[in-house]
Amino acid sequence: MPEPVLRTTITVNVNGQPHTAQVEARLLLVHFLRETLNLTGTHIGCDASNCGACTVIVDRQAVKSCTMLAVEADGAYIQTIEGAEQNNQLHPLQEGFLMEHGLQCGFCTPGMIMTATALLANDPSPTEAEIRRGISGNLCRCTGYVNIVKAIQYGAAKLREEEAVSTREATHA
Amino acid sequence: MIPASFKYAAVQSVDEAVGLLSDHADAKVLAGGHSLLPLMKLRLANPPVLVDINRIPDLNYIREDPQVGRLRIGALARHVDFENSRLIKDRYPMLWETARGIGDPLVRNRGTLAGSVAHADPASDWPAALFAANAEIVATGPNGQRVVPIAQLYVGILTTSLTNDELVTEVRVPLARPRSGSAYEKLERKVGDYAVIGVGVMVSLNEAGSIVTAGIGLCNAGSTTIKATQAEAFLVGKPPAPDNFNEAARLAMEDSDPVEDDRGPVDYKRAMVRELTRRALMRALDRARGAS
Repeated sequence: MPEPVLRTTITVNVNGQPHTAQVEARLLLVHFLRETLNLTGTHIGCDASNCGACTVIVDRQAVKSCTMLAVEADGAYIQTIEGAEQNNQLHPLQEGFLMEHGLQCGFCTPGMIMTATALLANDPSPTEAEIRRGISGNLCRCTGYVNIVKAIQYGAAKLREEEAVSTREATHA
Repeated sequence: MIPASFKYAAVQSVDEAVGLLSDHADAKVLAGGHSLLPLMKLRLANPPVLVDINRIPDLNYIREDPQVGRLRIGALARHVDFENSRLIKDRYPMLWETARGIGDPLVRNRGTLAGSVAHADPASDWPAALFAANAEIVATGPNGQRVVPIAQLYVGILTTSLTNDELVTEVRVPLARPRSGSAYEKLERKVGDYAVIGVGVMVSLNEAGSIVTAGIGLCNAGSTTIKATQAEAFLVGKPPAPDNFNEAARLAMEDSDPVEDDRGPVDYKRAMVRELTRRALMRALDRARGAS
């Protein structure tokens, strides 16, 4: 039977990088990411599991990192907004937010993009209603959501295109 | 907001969880954490020990078991698992609708049905649906398992009849019967809010088309989840006619005991109990008759 402890050592993989750290049991995942690992792209909005600004992907599921303990993530694969850009290329969803004006102040954007990333991983072709339902745990105070929905549709279309190209290339190879 | 300091252990088995709960009288169980951690961040709950059950294997299941005649729900089945389950959508539509209305998609990725049941918040949706379904709780403690009908579980707000060294390891729902239907109606101000009022309904008909069983559970309509027993008793043996549904809805309203808050005054909430009960009965009837 494990002995309850105040502090413990955890190992997580964040965006492909392994990290090991000793943490207090009470440390929230969002504080671990922002303060221990200096990955400040993940934001703290309401701090009360309402707004979704702190959304990250833990083992392929979008979660609010203000409502999860860092120790719960021990052994997990975590994706944050810092891992979205690859080889100096914006992720198709990031490009979508840029092209469709999917942000004004940008505070909710990292959470929006992580939620959308998980949404599109489960369903590459969501309807507008499914997108709206999918982001219903992420609040935006600027845009009225119209352009955010368009941005996600843009990203989804581009991801499908890339997928189609890579499938074609794989078939020809 | 940061929780007060506590000691943490991630257990690998139900036995380990029960062992730690026995050794630490004020310990709390951590499953999805979406009720517990917000309370701890607000320092409304300050448990000295958290027992994390998320790593116990084989506790995340939703399956029909004809041998015990129950739908069996493991302690780690999360709201999203109900949302994504074909079995739940097709055969237990009230549970499917309940899951889809809880919190928001991110909350549903973490929160568990069993955790919601054990949390005993009258504003939680699951208990109302499970009252309608006449569900049972399997509690595992140092002396083994016991089965508790959910209608006997709640003794007050955030308080159950379980002892601190018992863990809710399973929730059981009677298997869907032929000619039965169910529905969950939730009125909420916005996504992620608690229900102003929620009503779960389950009815089954005999071959002649009369009601043989009726279950009605009310969410956020009193200091605990409420079973609308007057309305249930009234419906049994009657034809599912609109007049009978209207009277059952009125009786459900009589069984409710809401308080005024920022979600509305008492009269409004009572009227909503009546209307949502009527709507849920109509939809459950359609399903019992084989429409969807």
